[in-house]
This record gives sequence, structure tokens and C-alpha cells, in this order.
Amino acid sequence: MATSNAGSNDPSTTRRQSKRPKYSKFTQQELPACKPILTPRAVISAFLIVTVVFIPIGVASLLASHDVVEIIDRYDAQCIPTNVTDKVAYIQTPGEKPCTRELHVEKRMKSPIYVYYQLDNFYQNHRRYVKSRNDEQLRDSGKANSVSGCEPEDDANGMPIVPCGLIAWSLFNDTYVFSRNSDNLTVNKKGISWKSDREHKFGSDVFPKNFQNGSIIGGGRLDANLSLSEQEDLIVWMRTAALPTFRKLYGKIEVDLEKGDVIKVNLQNNYNTYSFSGKKKLVLSTTSWLGGKNDFLGIGYLTVGGLSIFLAMVFTIIYLIKPRQLGDPSYLSWNRNPGGH
Amino acid sequence: MKRYVYIDDDESSHDIYCDNRISNRKYTVLNFLPKNLWEQFSRFMNQYFLLIACLQLWPLITPVNPASTWGPLIFIFAVSASKEAWDDYNRYLSDKKANEKEVWVVKKSVKKLIQAQDIHVGNIVWLRENDEVPSDLVLIGTSDPQGVCYVETAALDGETDLKTRVIPSACMGIDVELLHKIKGVIECPSPDKDIRRFDANMRLFPPFIDNDICPLTIKNTILQSCYLRNTEWACGVAVYTGNETKMGMSRGIPEPKLTAMDAMIDKLTGAIFIFQIVVVLVLGVAGNVWKDTEAKQQWYVLYPHEGPWYELLVIPLRFELLCSIMIPISIKVSLDLVKSLYAKFIDWDHQMIDLETSIPSNATNTAISEDLGQVEYILTDKTGTLTENKMIFRRCCISGNFYGNENGDALKDVELLNAVSSGSSDVIRFLTVMAICNTVIPTPSKTGDILYKAQSQDEDALVHAAARLHMVYFNKSGNILGIKFNSSILQYEVLETLEFTSERKRMSVVVKDCQNGKILLLSKGADEAILPYARTGQQTRHFIEAVEQYAHLGLRTLCLAWRELKRDEYREWSLMFKEASSTLVDREWRVADVCQRVEHDLDILGVTAIEDRLQDGVPETIETLRKAGINFWMLTGDKQNTAIQIALSCNFISPEPKGQLLSIDGKTQDDVCRSLERVLRTMRITTSEPKDVAFVVDGWALEIALNHYRKAFTELAVLARTAICCRVTPSQKAQLVQILKSCDYRTLAIGDGGNDVRMIQQADIGVGISGREGLQAARAADYSIGKFRFLKRLILVHGRYSYNRTAFLSQYSFYKSLLICFIQIFFSFISGVSGTSLFNSVSLMAYNVFYTSVPVLVSVLDKDLSEKTVMQHPQILFYCQAGRLLNPSTFAGWFGRSLFHAIVVFVISIHAYAYDKSEMEEVSMVALSGCIWLQAFVVTMETNSFTILQHMAIWGNLAAFYAINWIFSALPSSGMYTIMFRLCRQPSYWIAIFLMVAAGMGPILGIKYFRYTYRPSKINTLQQAERLGGPILSLGTIEPQQRSIEKDVSTLSITQPKNRNPVYEPLLSDSPNATRRSFGAGTPFDFFQSQSRLTHSTSYTRNCKDN
Repeated sequence: MATSNAGSNDPSTTRRQSKRPKYSKFTQQELPACKPILTPRAVISAFLIVTVVFIPIGVASLLASHDVVEIIDRYDAQCIPTNVTDKVAYIQTPGEKPCTRELHVEKRMKSPIYVYYQLDNFYQNHRRYVKSRNDEQLRDSGKANSVSGCEPEDDANGMPIVPCGLIAWSLFNDTYVFSRNSDNLTVNKKGISWKSDREHKFGSDVFPKNFQNGSIIGGGRLDANLSLSEQEDLIVWMRTAALPTFRKLYGKIEVDLEKGDVIKVNLQNNYNTYSFSGKKKLVLSTTSWLGGKNDFLGIGYLTVGGLSIFLAMVFTIIYLIKPRQLGDPSYLSWNRNPGGH
Repeated sequence: MKRYVYIDDDESSHDIYCDNRISNRKYTVLNFLPKNLWEQFSRFMNQYFLLIACLQLWPLITPVNPASTWGPLIFIFAVSASKEAWDDYNRYLSDKKANEKEVWVVKKSVKKLIQAQDIHVGNIVWLRENDEVPSDLVLIGTSDPQGVCYVETAALDGETDLKTRVIPSACMGIDVELLHKIKGVIECPSPDKDIRRFDANMRLFPPFIDNDICPLTIKNTILQSCYLRNTEWACGVAVYTGNETKMGMSRGIPEPKLTAMDAMIDKLTGAIFIFQIVVVLVLGVAGNVWKDTEAKQQWYVLYPHEGPWYELLVIPLRFELLCSIMIPISIKVSLDLVKSLYAKFIDWDHQMIDLETSIPSNATNTAISEDLGQVEYILTDKTGTLTENKMIFRRCCISGNFYGNENGDALKDVELLNAVSSGSSDVIRFLTVMAICNTVIPTPSKTGDILYKAQSQDEDALVHAAARLHMVYFNKSGNILGIKFNSSILQYEVLETLEFTSERKRMSVVVKDCQNGKILLLSKGADEAILPYARTGQQTRHFIEAVEQYAHLGLRTLCLAWRELKRDEYREWSLMFKEASSTLVDREWRVADVCQRVEHDLDILGVTAIEDRLQDGVPETIETLRKAGINFWMLTGDKQNTAIQIALSCNFISPEPKGQLLSIDGKTQDDVCRSLERVLRTMRITTSEPKDVAFVVDGWALEIALNHYRKAFTELAVLARTAICCRVTPSQKAQLVQILKSCDYRTLAIGDGGNDVRMIQQADIGVGISGREGLQAARAADYSIGKFRFLKRLILVHGRYSYNRTAFLSQYSFYKSLLICFIQIFFSFISGVSGTSLFNSVSLMAYNVFYTSVPVLVSVLDKDLSEKTVMQHPQILFYCQAGRLLNPSTFAGWFGRSLFHAIVVFVISIHAYAYDKSEMEEVSMVALSGCIWLQAFVVTMETNSFTILQHMAIWGNLAAFYAINWIFSALPSSGMYTIMFRLCRQPSYWIAIFLMVAAGMGPILGIKYFRYTYRPSKINTLQQAERLGGPILSLGTIEPQQRSIEKDVSTLSITQPKNRNPVYEPLLSDSPNATRRSFGAGTPFDFFQSQSRLTHSTSYTRNCKDN
């Protein structure tokens, strides 16, 4: 508001002067900028660089994957006695269901050899399943009563279940015993879970309580005298898988297996995958710097590398056959139809 | 509908009328929350987000923590609410300041100092010099013996000159002391917002003089928020108080304008919404089917056999929530933010500061910058917009003698000076009318010069010119005007002032010559408002010629006339005039009617010609903008010839061989109809030719066309790229805008005066020139600029960049939301169609509001082409006008890109992290990292120019993503404890990420390169030309044309063609020689040429003949 006196000499000018915005490169949108354009040279060399980088990595990845020795044995069908017709009823009857499998080592396997069980068509990522746990209860012995999110496996006989929820309830419970030439192969089941899980997610003073006491028995049982942080099978199982086909670590064999060895596996076929026709597989695998046997990354890299050299060549050929001057003003015809609204 | 105000009688009005508490506030403390929330939720997007957020509270269906929607929602609401609250608080503070200001008020005949808010209707308020007027007052006394006071009305109407206000006749001569005791009644209309009208009556109660009713006009009032100037004190009766004052009534929040781009974004949002519903329905059905067939066998899921009644709904609702991020919650915030930055860039622009006044440009409306880039029609005022509105008296014609034709300046014309000194009576009368037929107030300055306070620039020019010709108007005391002529002092008493209105187009004063007591009517006005009223027998032919001649030069003409009134005639008429001025209904019309009765039989004295110079850079600006495909319409109150000349001189229309001007005229409906039809026919034929066809129409014909032939006129409006509308009223201007808008054109109206306000408000974009006619237009406008030439920069630079940036930003926002949403949808197919979210709540929230919002915000610094290139190739604006950068097909491109990227990310994540690595949290983070990397590269690829800020934002954001996730991974309580550390140590993670980047960006780079090189858009070509440098750039350079009307006018001499500068090519001339010579390049418009020229033209001759 004008507070000036009428006599003073034009106060408005000074007021306006102060309104004048400050000058800076930012306010004038004049910050120095680099303005790259897609010249043929830049684009073709970009594709060549991708080729040069990707093909070696792809080759390395493929080699790494091929170095991994893997023995896979599907046993779900074979481990049902031949006279049984109703597989589901068979697997649901309590009692021992032993089965023996033989694995042939085709190639030398260096220790450590990881023992996995692989389930197919098992939806650990199902919306009802994946959230059916209570992390507080797992971590803290004082929070045994917090079972929210665990429905319908939250309590049994009026008592809260520890560990509650569908995941724990459906714990995988096939067991394997390995022997080579009638020598027992020890499977180390310590340290198969994540260290961080053992130390921070599963309490060392939390013990299973009221587990598998409900009307329907799900999967495996837990030793009530072992704290959850020592129940590594459970910890592994509770790291839910994102895909319906997944492997979980069962243990490690810490001796080398030689080519030609025959491994005898005595297994207890307890876990029900028959009602949803899921497969069960036993996997023995070595590892590489890239992980287990997986050709995908190597093939992916080779594909991308191949495609980029293809594109680079196509662009080069087009460039040579049909050179085109960039920024040619003859493309700047401003022949707009004046009436063409 | 009237109110009766009893002077100094508090009780009677206390309850009826409000007190003087001003309140501009929208909210109170109590209603703030509900009212603000209600307002925010009236928007569809917000309702949608609220619905989603509420659904998320149902744990059965929510895929993620409700916080992932509530957080951003509350944040967005809090931001807009606190902005509103802050604005409202500031309004409250300024109200409080005004309300608590202390003023002297007479209550019950006692003078007291009270707070402004306690003023009641009927109180007498005393003001001192430089006080702000606290409420609308009817003056009853001033320190001036003549009852005059001066007010500055800048806050009200933006006009900076002082205005005179007088006390009503009934209060004349009341003693200061008695003013305290005055009693009476004022009958006035109910409050309205018309600041130019106050039709009221006042009657004072005895013992105060007569019992007569005294008419009151706006002249007798001083309105709230004005300032009292040059007057020691004044007092008045409060008639309107608080929010019922004229100022208070005219306040109001203008309708928010929606840009074409916003409309397009809304449309795309709608499309995405429909897409989302389809996806939800499909997945919902699939999910229910899967549940009934597969899930019943998956014993570990433990589905109950009998579900609740709403069971069928659960899965679709879950997917609805999962897909809700398809509509990005951040887009509104991002857009608001960048839009206010666009506006700031306009405010800050140093190249748009008016150097004369140091006024920077200003974007009042911060929300519509993109529309500037999409302007298709510019409707411009002439005076003060294209011209400087700095009037200079150049020529005159006094009773047949032309002065000033020789050297272009009548003030230096020896013949005129001789005529003045010889005392030719015609010349002296002419000068007298120039000097006193006006509303100018002379005030002596300290240096002894006389300063004139004039409301109109024309009057100012005339008074100054008269002074130069020794007729010095030096004093006005009350009704007595003092004039010094050649050292003798003449005095005139002003009896009545017949004011100028745009309908009457003339103004007159009735004065008494104090020397001999004669009563004189002095008039000045437009030729058609004066010449028809010439006394019978006077030859007006040479005046008409003079008017035409001057108009051809682009000069503004005024005809001056006078008449001696007989005493009886005056007396009779003045009674009628008084009565008319005291009517409450239709006063303006009745006054005009009465004025008509005396303004006849005039003795025409002569014609003045005033030059209004073109502003700098107007022709170049118009040429550039026309090249940019913008159509110009000139809407002016001036006469046809002047308008056409100005139009020619500023490249508005092209001269004959290239251009053609068609005229619509006629006085009757039939004439206009025929004329319109003809023009339309011609227009249809010529649209295919590369020819500038324009039409010209005057106000009268326009009125008929608008009322009766709207359809035909609309068609014409669509066909014509250029039009000149002369003699149009403010409401016609607004109607023309309306017509163009109704044809879906983006219109920009630019003007400087109060008569442009309606058009400015009506148009999609209103631009005001903060010029000499006050700031009224600038205030009503969305943008105010100092000079017309800044319009070029405003549109081509700011408008275009804003459009490009918003186009990228909005589509990118959808791209990134769709990207993550597609991944969720794909994941649902491998998770039993059960609606599991792959990503955790924190990631989802941060992805939308942080990771992907920050880098894109710096796209406000992106420039596809440099400002210089755009100025050189204004045609490139076409891409914005036609909406080439944001439309369903570009959007489809982004949609496809997000689908492709989602496939790349998803396929690579689940295959690279398969089997033993398929841990939920890890896969989720791999996919998220892939999205973040890809979006960084997408922004990089779409950015045209990288400043340091862009690099910081894009790569800094990527770094911040890791930093934030490492922090989360370090917290044992978070779900993703140690995940990010584990991943970053795995070579497979990095290998997978690079594979995603290469597979995702490679094809896009390839396609972009191919298009860029082999199917380049004009923008691409210019980019290449600009960045590779070289000679290509200069090819398109427009040579700036040094052309200004000033030069033309000063060198042109109508009467003596022999003096013509050989280089000069006349705008128009009636000499055949000149016509022949100048037929080539920059030249005459033979539309207005003599009949002999009609032979060579084909289609337009028909129009010409009728002219």
C-alpha cells in the first residue's frame, strides 16, 4: 500500500526498483547445459560398447553356470508304493513312509555341496499364505499372545500357537539320509538359514508351544525344547519364496563327491504335495560365483550383446547406404496448410 | 432494493447493516478443517484416492500397509491445506490491520477516535490528507472552499492519476462546526460492485438549508481503499461498510481456469481409470475361478469351505487396491509444483522487464502457463497495447486549413503560429476548446510549471498542445477555469460537464464566458459523433476529408465544435439535465438522452490529429507470432481507417498482392447479411490459396452479425486468420472471445485498459499491459507484461517450454505408475491370482512420492531447443498448438513403454532369481531396483539438455535409492533387514540390473535414434542444426525488420509527394505514382484507394464497391 507523501519525488519508482527480480543463471533458465544429440557415431558406438561388455560377461556367466554340477531327483511319484491308488489318503495316514533313492554323480562335485528340496506348484506367495505369520511373536517370548494375521492357524484349543500362522503350520517335513558306498554322508544342517534371521527374527528364548495341536495337522512338527532360533528348517521355510517353484536349503554335504559315486538316499516321504499335484525333487548342487545352475543371465547377456551388434551393424549399413545430413534445413518445410484447422 | 441512511443516527441502522469489519477470509478457525477438506474432496482424483485409502483399512483385502496410501494422501492434503491456511492467515492479518486502524468519527455529534471496524452506516467519518478511506462515504465537507477533494483510486481501479470528488450541492457552504451536527437522510441503492456508478439522493433535515432532494453521483463519494490526496481534510457519511462496500462487493475469487493440457490429462486419467477397472474385473474373475478350482486343493492355504457373503468381492477389491497406483497420486503435487515454477520463471525473466518503468512481468495465475504454448488466437486491443498510448498532437485542420502537413508537427508550423499570433477567431476558438473542453486538473508545481492531471491521454495531449500554442490552461478553482492567452487572462465558469461515454463517443462542457457572460457549449468527440450534428448550412466536407487523411496516417482524430447557447435554452435544458442526473434508474441512458438535446447545431471548428506511436518491436512480434501459426484479431474502439493503418504498419495484415482485406458493413440487417455472405464466399474460395485474407468489421455491423447471423459469423471467424474489429464495445470484445472459444480455439486476449477487462477475463489467457491507462487490465489478467513485444517471449519461450515440460512430466508420471503396476499384475499370475503385492509398503510409497518424483521435477529446466532457435523458427510452436507432445497417441507410446519395461524387469527378476534365490524380499528388491534404474535412464533419454541440477537429481536419486534402502536394511525391525546388503554383495544382482537396463533401454534407444535420424520431427531437425552448429542455423534467421510508424509518419507528406524520400515506400497514398512504384514488396493496400484502382482485382472488387 502506498504510504508515500504526496510531496516526495516519485516513491513509486524506488518501490518498483526493489521489485526487480534478482539475476541468476537459474532464474533466467540459463544454467550451462550439455546438449547431447543422437549422432550415428554416438549411437553406433554405444551399441558396440554394449556388445563388447555384454558378450564376455555372458560367456563368463554361462561358463560359471556350466561349472555347477547339479543332481536333480524327482521322487514324489516313485516314493508312493505301487499298490497305493489314493496317494492323498496314503500321505495323510500317519506313520513311517520310507523310500530309497539312488543318485548317480556324473561329474566330480566339490564341497560344499548344497542339498535342496524343490517344490513345484506350491504357492508360498499366495495372499492368504504369505502374510500368515506374526514376526513379533517369533522374535519376542513375551509376545506369545500376539497372533494377529495368523488366522486361521492362530490358536488351537483356546491357546495361542507358537509359531502361529499357515507358513509355520505347513512346515516341510520330508527327511533325507545320505550314504555313499554304505558310508554315511553327514549332512550339516547348521547355518543353512540366514544369520540375520537367527539373530534378529527368531528369538533364542522363544519355544514352540501348542504347535500342530489343532484339529488338522499341517506339515512338520517342531521340537518343543529347541528355541526357534535353533530350528533352522523352520527359519528357512519361513523365508517365503516369490515363485511357485522354489528350492530350499536342506543342508550341506561337506565332502567332495567323485564322478561315478552312487549316493543312496533314505528318505521319509511325509509331505503332502499330492492333493495339488505338486512335484517334490531332491537337488544336490555345487555353487559358483554367480550362484546355482542358471543359464538365464548368460543367455540374456549373449542375446542382448548379439542384438546390439546386430543393431550397430544395421545402423552402420543404413548410415553408409543412405547417409543423411543431420539438421538439414530442407526438412524444415513450414508448409502448413493455412486453412487446415 | 434501497437503503435509507440516516446521517449520524446510529441506532436506526445498527442492526440492519453490518459494521465496518472487513473480512477477506475464506475460513474461520472452526470451519477450516471441514470446509477445506470438503473443497479438496470435491475433486474426483481426491475422492478416488480417499476411497482407495478407506478400502485399505480393511485388512482382509489390503495388499500393503494402509500407510502406503494414507501417507501420501495426508501429505498432499496437508500441503494444500497449509497453503490455504497460510494465505488465509495473511488475509486475516491484513484485515486485522485495516480493521484496527484508528479513525475520527462523529457519533452523536461528538468527534471520537475509534477503530475502523466500529464504523457504522450513518457515521460521519473525518479524514486527513493521505488517509486511507475506511468505508464508502458520501462527501459532506472538505477543506476546500469549493467543496472539492482529490482521491487516488489506484487500489480500486488501478488508475494512478488523481480524481476530483465534490461535495453535493446541498452541503455547499456548511460551516465546519455545523458538520458535526448535520442530520439528514441518504437514499441509495443496495450495495453493488459498480465502482463507476452511485445513483442516490440526499435530503438534509432542517435547520440545514432547503428541504430539497439533492442528487448524488459517484462524484460525490469517496470509496473504501482510496487515498485522500492534496486535500487537508474531508468528511463524509458512511453509506456502505465492511464487506458491503463497492470494494468489498467486487472482491471475489476468480473462476479457476483449466488449461487444455489439464483437460487432456484428466481425459487420460479417465482412460487409465477405465483400463484399471477392466484389469480389476478380469483379474477378479480369474482370481475367483482359480480360488474355486486350484486353491481348494492347496491345503496349506486352508480356504474355508463356506466363505462370508462378500467373498466374491474380496479378490476384485484386492486387485483394485493393487492397481490403484496406476493413477499416480503424486501427479497433482508435481504438476502444481512445476507450474508455480513456470510462473516464477516468468516473474524472474530479466528479458521481460520493462526498462522504462522497471516493472517486471508477472504471472498472477500460476496454473495456466502451458496454455500459453497452445494459443491459437490472439485478440488484441490497439491503443496502449500495440501503440504506446503516449499521445502527441501532430496535425490539425482548422476551418479548412491544414496545419502540420509540411513537417509533421503542427506545433512547429509557422502558418499556425502566425494564425495564433494574428488572433484569427476560428483558431482562438479552436484553441479554447482544446484547452478547456476536458476534465483535466492543472496543478502548479514547485518549479512554476503547470502539471496536468488528466484521465485521458488525448485530453492531456490537447491541453499540452494548446499551452504550446499560447493558450495556457493554468488554474482551476472550483468551477472557474483560468486560461492565459498571450498574457491576457480569460476566465470561464463551468456550468455542466457532459461526460464522455463510450456510447456517446463525445464529451462536452457548458461554460459561461466570464468576460462577456455568454454561455457556450464546447464539444469534442469522434467524427461520427460530432459531424452529423453540425449546424445546417455548414460544409463538413473538408472536415471529413481531413479525418480520412489523418486516419490514413494512423493518427487519432477528434472533431472540435462549439455553439453559443441562449440563456433560456440553457436554463430549460439544465433543469432537465439536473433531473436526469438525479434519477436512480437508467441514469446513464437518460443523461445521454438529455445531452443529445443540447449537442446539436454545432459549429464545427476543426479536426485534431494525435499520433499514438507504435510500441517498439510490435511489427516483429506480430510477424513472429503469425509465423508461429497464431491468428491475430484486433479489437479496437478506434475508427476503421486508423485501425487498418495501424494494422498495416505492424504487419498485422499484408499489403495488397499478398493480402486481401474484406469488409463487412452495412447499416441495416439486410446489408450486413449480404455483406457477410459475400465475405464468407470469398473466404471459402481463398482459404486454399497462400494468401492473407482478413476481414474488417465495425461495431454496428458486428452487433447485427452477432445478433442475427451468429452462425455465419462463427464460420467466418473460423476461416479468417486475421480480423479487424473497429468501434467495438467492451462487451462485444468479450463476445468475440466467446465465439472463438466456442469453436474450441485457445484464445489469448491482450489489452491495457478498463475496456479490455471483460475480454481478458473471458479469454483462456488474459494478458494485461501495465500501461498508461492504469493497471486495471493488468490486475484482471493472468499475466501482466510491460510491453507488447514481451508477448513473443511469453508465448514462444515460456509457453512453449511449459507445455513441453508438462507434457513430459505428466506422461512420465503415468509411465512410472503403470510400470510398477504392470509388474504387480504379472506377479499376481504366478501367485495364484490372489492379489499378493510383490513390493512392500515402504517401497511402494517411496517409489511413487520420492524415487520417481524427484528426478522428473528437474525436467522444469529442460530445454529442447535454445531460446534463440525458437525465436528464429517460431513455426515450431505448431507442435504445442496441435498438442503433438501430449495426446492419446503419445500416451499410448508411454503406455507401451511401461508395458515393455515391466515385462523386461519382471522376466529378468524372476528368472535370474529363480529356485534357491527366489526369496520374496530379494526378488521384490531386484525388481524395484530395476524399475529405479530404468526410470533414471528413461529420464536421461528424454532430457534434451543436462544442467548440473539434472545430473544431480537423476544420479543423486539413484544413489539416494541405495542409501535409503541400506538404512532400511540396517534396521532389524524392518521387513527388509539385511536384504539390500545381501543383494549388493551378489554379482548376480548387478548383472541382472545391467541386463534389465540394456534390454530395457536398447530398443528404445534404437527406435529413438532411427526416428531422430530418418523420420525427424521439426524439433529434432532444429536440435540437430542447433547443436551441430554450422551454417545451417543462419538459413532460417529472420532479419529483424526495422520498421516503425514513427519513421513513416514523419517522412510522409500527403500534400507534397515531391518531398518524398526516394527509399520510402508509402503505406498508402493516393498518388498514382506512388502506387505504381510501390507495388512490389512492402505495400499499399488498395482497398481504400480511389475508384480507378478497382479494375485489376478480381474477387474482392465486389466488396470494394460496397464500401
